[in-house]
Amino acid sequence: MSEANDQPAVIEMRGARVTALRDSSLVVLDDVNWTVLPGEFWVVAGPPYSGKSDLLMHAAALIAPVNGTCRLFGHDNSAYDDSMIADRLRVGCAMSDGKLFNQYTVAGNVALPLRYHKNLPEAEVEQFVGELLKLLELTPFADQSPVNVTTSWRQRTALARALVLKPELLLLDNPNGGLVARHRRWLVDFLEQLWRGHSFFDNRPMTVVITTDDLQAWQHPRRKFAAMHEGKFSVLGAWGGQEFARHHVVQDFLSQPSETMN
Amino acid sequence: MRGNVIKAVEAAGLQRFRRAPLPRGYTDYVGRQIFLLMLTVQGLVAFALITLGVILKKGRVAHTVMQPRIRAEINRSGVDLMPMFIFVALALGFLVIGQTLSALAKFGATAYLGSTMVIVVVRELGPLLTAVLVLARVGTANVIELGTARALGEVEVLEAMGIDPVHFLIMPRVIGTALGVFALTVYLIIGTLGSGYLFAFLQDVPLAPGDYYRQIAESLSWMDFALLALKTLVFGFFVGIVTCYHGLSQPLRLEDVSRVTVRAVTQGIIVCVLIDAIFIVFYLVT
Repeated sequence: MSEANDQPAVIEMRGARVTALRDSSLVVLDDVNWTVLPGEFWVVAGPPYSGKSDLLMHAAALIAPVNGTCRLFGHDNSAYDDSMIADRLRVGCAMSDGKLFNQYTVAGNVALPLRYHKNLPEAEVEQFVGELLKLLELTPFADQSPVNVTTSWRQRTALARALVLKPELLLLDNPNGGLVARHRRWLVDFLEQLWRGHSFFDNRPMTVVITTDDLQAWQHPRRKFAAMHEGKFSVLGAWGGQEFARHHVVQDFLSQPSETMN
Repeated sequence: MRGNVIKAVEAAGLQRFRRAPLPRGYTDYVGRQIFLLMLTVQGLVAFALITLGVILKKGRVAHTVMQPRIRAEINRSGVDLMPMFIFVALALGFLVIGQTLSALAKFGATAYLGSTMVIVVVRELGPLLTAVLVLARVGTANVIELGTARALGEVEVLEAMGIDPVHFLIMPRVIGTALGVFALTVYLIIGTLGSGYLFAFLQDVPLAPGDYYRQIAESLSWMDFALLALKTLVFGFFVGIVTCYHGLSQPLRLEDVSRVTVRAVTQGIIVCVLIDAIFIVFYLVT
């Protein structure tokens, strides 16, 4: 998993000022210094509306930082354009609430990046998407419109869409938000498998970064943690470490019961 | 790719300027409005050039995804509007041709009918009316759909998947409105000329069908056909551009969508009239 740490960073932020997607004049986080190496599993905790989505947008090179640098696979975020599309396709990204396209079915949503970027025969696309839907237990919903499935299944469809191009880096924005307990447990287990290397994805360990407002659900000794609070981004290290235990955001989170345990 | 969507409006600095405190004094107000108008024109031109670049550069990219989307937009901007245009052609034939024909017949001036019809229907009324109707029916839908998509963060989802929003969302709509306005104008003109004679016939105007159509054919030149095609395609292109620009590049909150829709329709009509004026100058020169 994190043995390959001599490789270049997947995400690297240095003194980055993170602004809100909706208003570029609104600073959400300042002076973010963060490095994500290949094969790491990062959990970024923050209360609601603390700017978790905006941070992921910057990490995914969808927004350039106002100050500082933000690099994705070694490329400067501010210079991201069509010529770096290959790097963009190495990232799977699922936003909060899924954000699916209602004009397509569940299968159509999952197949969209594949159909757009790969010039594959339709039969091949359908076969691959069918297998992916089966892996994520979405087969019964394949032909349904996203508006007719529950939030939990919509989130899972968004995850399938993020995985369809077999990315090296998976960015998930509050993936367990709004999920029922069974889906939360499934998600934690599935992401663990992806991180270790899933056979469907050629046993290649995936770098995973998630944001959450439910810290306890992601407790694991080999995961790395960071916290966001009042415009500051703090790298906390591993679960239970000195820095981790001292941080008041962690204390706040740990004082609340985890929804996964319900 | 990132920024293609927002590049035009951000370059113009429209958002920041709109939020600036209201200036005091009448001259300040007029100055601000003129400056806003210039920024809007700059944004629209930049957006049009970006879209044109994407159409030329990525016209064949991802055809399995894009062809159905383009077909759907042509259907929406063209085929789906046919019933309404049949009705409008019948009404227009009665209002313009039926009335004009009977008026000319009273003075024995039916020989001028062909050139009158070509100027009124083929050159002016047909293309402009079609563009305005497509703007009202399809343009407003474009603004609402794209504005909602922007407000709900769907544009960022596309960019996260490596899909250029201009290619995926704008290109099919602009192609759809351009071809839609072109095709519907042709049907509107044919329908209007046909129904016009029908109403004239019902009013016992002494003009044989052969004479009527011969006069029209003689009044038309190859330039009329070429300019009609060019004019309608340009109208359709800009109907798509103006509505998509307002839908995609500005509203970030759902409550903004209705206000921006009204602005897009107003600007769409102004743009069509300005383009029409350019063509009138061209007709007068040639």
